[in-house]
Amino acid sequence: MTTTAATPSAPVTPVTAGEPTEERPPGRTRVALRRFAANPNAVVGAGVLLLLFLLAFAGPHLTRWSHTDIDYGALRQAPSAAHWWGTNRIGQDVYAQVLHGLQKSLLIGLLVALFATVLASVVGACAGYFGGWTDRIVTFCIDLLLVFPAFLIIAIVSPRLRDTGWLAFVGLLAVFGWMITARVVRSMTRSLKERDFVRAAQLMGVHPLRIVFRHILPNVSSFLIVDATIAVGGAVMSETGLSYFGFGVQPPDVSLGTLIADGSGAALTYPWMFFFAAGLLVVFVLAVNFLGDGLRDALDPTSAQHRRRRRRRKGGRA
Amino acid sequence: MTGPYAEARAEAGVETEAPVLALRDLRVDFTGPDGPLPAVRGVDLALRRGEVLGLVGESGSGKSTVALAAMGLLPRTARVGGSVRVGGDEVLGAGERELAALRGRRMAMVFQDPLSALTPVHRVGDQIAEAVRIHQDVGREHARRRAVELLDLVGIPDPGHRARAYPHEFSGGMRQRAMIAMAVANDPDVILADEPTTALDVTVQAQILDVLRTAQRETGAALLLVSHDLGVIAGMADRVAVMYAGRVVESAPAPELFAAPRMPYTLGLLGAVPRPGARVLTPVPGTPPELRLLPRGCPFAPRCPLADDACRAAEPEPVGGEGHSVACVKANEVVARGLTAPELFPADVPAAVREEVPRDGLPAVLRVEGLAKTFPVLKGAALRRRGGSVYAVDGVDLDIRRGETLGLVGESGSGKSTTLLEILRLASPEAGEVELLGHDVRGLTKRQARELRGSVQIVFQDPMASLDPRMTVGDIVAEPLRAQGADRGTAARRVPELLRLVGLEAAHAARFPHEFSGGQRQRIGIARALSVEPELLVLDEPVSALDVSVQAGVLNLLRRLKDELGLAYLFVSHDLSVIRHVADRVSVMYLGRTVESGPVEEVFARPRHPYTRALLSAVPVPDPVVERGRERVLLAGDPPSPVVRAEGCGFRGRCPLYATGLAPEGRSRCERERPSGAVACHFPQS
Ligand SMILES: Nc1ncnc2c1ncn2[C@@H]1O[C@H](COP(=O)(O)OP(=O)(O)OP(=O)(O)O)[C@@H](O)[C@H]1O
Ligand code: SF4
Ligand code: SF4
Ligand SMILES: [Mg+2]
Repeated sequence: MTTTAATPSAPVTPVTAGEPTEERPPGRTRVALRRFAANPNAVVGAGVLLLLFLLAFAGPHLTRWSHTDIDYGALRQAPSAAHWWGTNRIGQDVYAQVLHGLQKSLLIGLLVALFATVLASVVGACAGYFGGWTDRIVTFCIDLLLVFPAFLIIAIVSPRLRDTGWLAFVGLLAVFGWMITARVVRSMTRSLKERDFVRAAQLMGVHPLRIVFRHILPNVSSFLIVDATIAVGGAVMSETGLSYFGFGVQPPDVSLGTLIADGSGAALTYPWMFFFAAGLLVVFVLAVNFLGDGLRDALDPTSAQHRRRRRRRKGGRA
Repeated sequence: MTGPYAEARAEAGVETEAPVLALRDLRVDFTGPDGPLPAVRGVDLALRRGEVLGLVGESGSGKSTVALAAMGLLPRTARVGGSVRVGGDEVLGAGERELAALRGRRMAMVFQDPLSALTPVHRVGDQIAEAVRIHQDVGREHARRRAVELLDLVGIPDPGHRARAYPHEFSGGMRQRAMIAMAVANDPDVILADEPTTALDVTVQAQILDVLRTAQRETGAALLLVSHDLGVIAGMADRVAVMYAGRVVESAPAPELFAAPRMPYTLGLLGAVPRPGARVLTPVPGTPPELRLLPRGCPFAPRCPLADDACRAAEPEPVGGEGHSVACVKANEVVARGLTAPELFPADVPAAVREEVPRDGLPAVLRVEGLAKTFPVLKGAALRRRGGSVYAVDGVDLDIRRGETLGLVGESGSGKSTTLLEILRLASPEAGEVELLGHDVRGLTKRQARELRGSVQIVFQDPMASLDPRMTVGDIVAEPLRAQGADRGTAARRVPELLRLVGLEAAHAARFPHEFSGGQRQRIGIARALSVEPELLVLDEPVSALDVSVQAGVLNLLRRLKDELGLAYLFVSHDLSVIRHVADRVSVMYLGRTVESGPVEEVFARPRHPYTRALLSAVPVPDPVVERGRERVLLAGDPPSPVVRAEGCGFRGRCPLYATGLAPEGRSRCERERPSGAVACHFPQS
């Protein structure tokens, strides 16, 4: 098994092994990066996501319409040379609007998922690892936040934060979105803490926080990544819901969520008002899922090997 | 290819009596997500009445699968071919109803883990009575009486009372006894026992093997004993079959197989087991093949020093018939040249010489005196309060000098691991003294503690669990260095050198633990421990998760490292043969305290504490002649619970000397006074 196991690094290994200056063996970050680059899912996901960002931030400069401009001469017009993706009910350019909405949704979705996951993992892992009072306080806070009606609180708080803009809104969504994940991380940590490799690190005198970051979190990373990809979709959805009730993203500002909500009634009669926004949202969520899948495989040394073996056997048979 | 075996067979005068269990060309494939896995590839075995057949082999060689197939207990994912006949009835392909009639009445099985085989919600006696009633037309009352009789047969004290207990109220050894009682309830023709003592302590193992022997003798049944422990097999089996990669590669009468093995694998296996007198172990290089990717020809060829093209051309068929059959094309050559294990598998270390160095002159690496540690027993579900204490460690003394190996032995629950953790914690112990490299751990500042951490390192039992699966081997090995404050570059540069030191390659640093075999993982664990150049290495059962042929390699490595680096070892093991092989001094623990310690040779030759005597006599030796000839001190009962701290001697309940060999005054002394001193007994034997 040792001769064939490390296939992705196989083209590299013999070279480094043969060199007299085999100074530094690659650490896990480099190995993970290499595996990430070798994973088609991940590369496709990352590529599509990059394209979406490019589209969202460079795309608006290609048209002379901005998302607030109103073309009174073109109400509910189908895509044309003047309005590439058509116009809406009051003559706004759908292309400009959707791209602007995409900007908002990309940022909100990714940032909320990122903040919530980071918060959840650090808090959950620390609570689980240190136990005692840290654990009791954290558990209490989690329970408290869980019984708070998040929607209500956001509804009350967000008008006051209007001036600080959408970033404050991202913070609010994240603050109410980490608790369940943190609980799962906490219980996973408690079982990891009993494992010998954690005990080994403790006995070597590794600093507790270092243990949390180097041993605990990498070992819950598969869960965290899956959870974060779901959280991206969830964040976009809660933003839509909140915006619908008048909080969150407010006109004239738009997000994919508000556009979809506005256009859904006209989905069959004026499809361009709905499908461009909906289509981009689907592409966005799919790209995140692909990226998450790839990331998980890259970080989990056991996952890809399985697939590789199978492939090798198939190749051998053919 | 009949050769010399044909005569041997004629001479042996194989009985014509029909076998009670006959396997013919048994083949088992497990279907899985990765395609079929050939676990058993053509096994022929025959068992006659009253015969004990030992089936040995390393993990994954298919021993259990053979036993399960014989019982018709394989899961649905298994495709079975060939034939299994019990008496005259075919097991393979039989319907559930016919199988149910066969099981219990004609054949019975004893598993490794008796808890999973007993129903937790029914009383033990009722379960045995139930087993009786399924096959025999007797009344409820009669069946119950029979159950009590059976429990008595397997040596459960006060059987009438204990029959009313539930399985969880029994200790591991008692459950195994109950399982044996259930197995013999219907007078079966064949008993299949799959590692019946692997989960048990040596002293309990000795009892259970004794019970199994009695049960087999009483019923006249044939016994198929599956085990990886060559010592157990040597003591029990009339014939031995050795399995490798799903095949029986050698089978012969036990004395012959142990005295004159003919297949290189058997030779290697026997040479790898530590035994008294053998100062070098012969590790078999490599690891057992992956069954999915078996090479053409002899499956042992990649590891075999005699392998040549003839071996790789086709898989050798077993020849030699019922006497001594071997599946090896070079068997004749092995016999003719009189090859031995050390010649075939040259060890990578020279034979150990125990030079007598005056100990007193050597600096002490670790000194422990009167160490104690208790854990609270919590009571109550809602409000947890301390309801008592577990006296996990209760008076341990250790003394290790530079370059010395101290073996720490004791049964499970005797407090070995707790002792280690207490020492490695580097904090004030609850009671007693711990002195590490001349520093008393009580007065340590944070800085000093940190520096000391670098001089003591630990190697864990389970090599998979102790390596972070998400870290590369390079990062794992460098971690203690980083914890000691070395920067990333310096730490990483040490890695290739360390890996080579333990017999791995520098290029392995970029891989992850799961890509290695058990033995290699343990080497990674050792490399990690060595990275900070410790003076004391604490080894917590470092080889008990490994197969013997691999274990030998790791033990040899430890020996070499000790010689090269002048390390001291604190070597914890429940396996006394391993301790005897590696240790200079030995310390025996019972119920949280040291009962005897001294130089290995002396303690093994003249044990003074009654417990040590019993322990030593319970250890199976892989030599049928020795094993059958020696006298045993069987201990009664199980180790008592460490929750009650009885007055007087803790060993009293099981002490054979106390039970029969003492005058009343002596007995009352054992009851009143806790023994102390080098041998924790008021009446040490000399
Ligand atoms: N239910 C199952 N499904 C798939 N594969 C199995 C199953 N049971 C056993 N195997 C595989 O069959 C092979 C032989 O296993 P088996 O349990 O018979 O070995 P063994 O000699 O008893 O080993 P051990 O000493 O570890 O008990 C192994 O590769 C094992 O992984
Ligand atoms: S057949 Fe050849 S490879 Fe196999 S055990 Fe015999 S000598 Fe070794
Ligand atoms: S002190 Fe008494 S009971 Fe204890 S081991 Fe010695 S003889 Fe046995
Ligand atoms: Mg088994």
